[in-house]
Amino acid sequence: MSIPKDLRYSKDHEWLRVDGENAYIGITEFAQGELGDIVFVEIETAGETLEANAVFGTVEAVKTVSSLYMPVAGEILEVNPALADSPELVNQDPYNEGWMIRIRMTDPAQSAALLDADAYGALIGA
Amino acid sequence: MKHVVLNDTHIALGAKMVEFAGYNMPVSYAGLNKEHLAVRNNAGIFDVSHMGEFLVEGPHALELIQKVTSNDASKLSDGQVQYSCLPNETGGIVDDLLVYRKNAETFFLVVNASNIDKDWAHISKYNESIGARMTNLSEGMSLFAVQGPNAAQILQPLTDIDLASMKYYTFAEGTFAGVPDVLVSNTGYTGAGGFEIYMPNAQALHIWNAILEAGKAYGLELCGLGARDTLRLEKAFCLYGHEIDDTTNPIEAGLGWITKFTKDFNGRAFAEKLKNEGVQNKLVGFELTERGIPRQGYEIADASGNIIGRVTSGTQSPSLGKAIGLGYVKTEFAAPDTAIFIRIREKDIAAKVVKTPFL
Repeated sequence: MSIPKDLRYSKDHEWLRVDGENAYIGITEFAQGELGDIVFVEIETAGETLEANAVFGTVEAVKTVSSLYMPVAGEILEVNPALADSPELVNQDPYNEGWMIRIRMTDPAQSAALLDADAYGALIGA
Repeated sequence: MKHVVLNDTHIALGAKMVEFAGYNMPVSYAGLNKEHLAVRNNAGIFDVSHMGEFLVEGPHALELIQKVTSNDASKLSDGQVQYSCLPNETGGIVDDLLVYRKNAETFFLVVNASNIDKDWAHISKYNESIGARMTNLSEGMSLFAVQGPNAAQILQPLTDIDLASMKYYTFAEGTFAGVPDVLVSNTGYTGAGGFEIYMPNAQALHIWNAILEAGKAYGLELCGLGARDTLRLEKAFCLYGHEIDDTTNPIEAGLGWITKFTKDFNGRAFAEKLKNEGVQNKLVGFELTERGIPRQGYEIADASGNIIGRVTSGTQSPSLGKAIGLGYVKTEFAAPDTAIFIRIREKDIAAKVVKTPFL
């Protein structure tokens, strides 16, 4: 189970890659495995500013549908355009090609309150 | 939670397990899409030992089956299988099932795992005045489905039953992987062709391993209930608890073809009335023309936003690469190409009624 050390994690199985005051957000390898084959990523919140824990979109697998939550507050700058035609990227490469949104963090200090790789690993029993 | 005999085997083989109908069952192994496509194009094996099996025997066996089922079991010959359903007393469906005729006085019924106790009680109630001999074999039997175009080639070396000549919805008993009296039928729930193999629990692991060994050269895929569901949905086969339940009528559900008024049966009056007077709602297939995935329970709307029905099953079809579903709509919206809308997270997503099966 891959849990990169340089990312921060939410208890809802999103990851956050901090890039200055911006950050990339996606779901973890554990999360994509639990969902199974992902067939549709619906994110219609581009341009909106959302609070931490707000729903920013929905991920549909063949068998299940699951909400996506903001690990920290921020303005959604961009949705990964590749997911429109290739949602399976989330299964194949959840931490890189399968990223979901890029945000401008409202308060970059919020990211420090998220789990580190060890704590997230403990959460999922990895 | 109940466990099938091969529970630990599935876990060791890497299955993701979920509770289904009170059993801990494999929902997937390598991934649903891969399993699904393997069955369509090659072959896959499913452990469906959670299914229930009843034996009905004696001089009154046929009389009991005719009383409780909607299809006409008197048309069966030895070695034939019939799809049927158990209508209830209020116009709904207790369960759908397969009826196997072993001989004129011996019938084998295969029912849904979630309904074993309910079916047993229902049939027993009608048997009080008829007096057939009933045996519930469910706890002691295992069932594997080997499905796909290469199923016969994989299984033939294991058995003296001639699989190539076995017709759809027929069965035979023979030696299988050295085990005598194994029942093999040309049936399944995938629409991909293949066989279902019934055996005592004590022989299940031996037979499972023999099939996996025989399947190695062909790339036989381990499959879970997730792929079983998407495979049946592409063929628009009803699933109890989705398209049919205690409140849906066989006529509305498109099961008129297994509702035979050539005989008397429990629930006949309801079905006959609907058949003669026409139904208000019909089960239809649909595909989405905008992005989205339909799910059971979602509302179906017309162009003005009026609710005209509900989704009973939906998925992204692995074979077709588009979102498909089944649902009940008011009869005036049931014709193919009718524009309908699936309400997904408070938005009406465009769809159109299509002919089934989808594939």
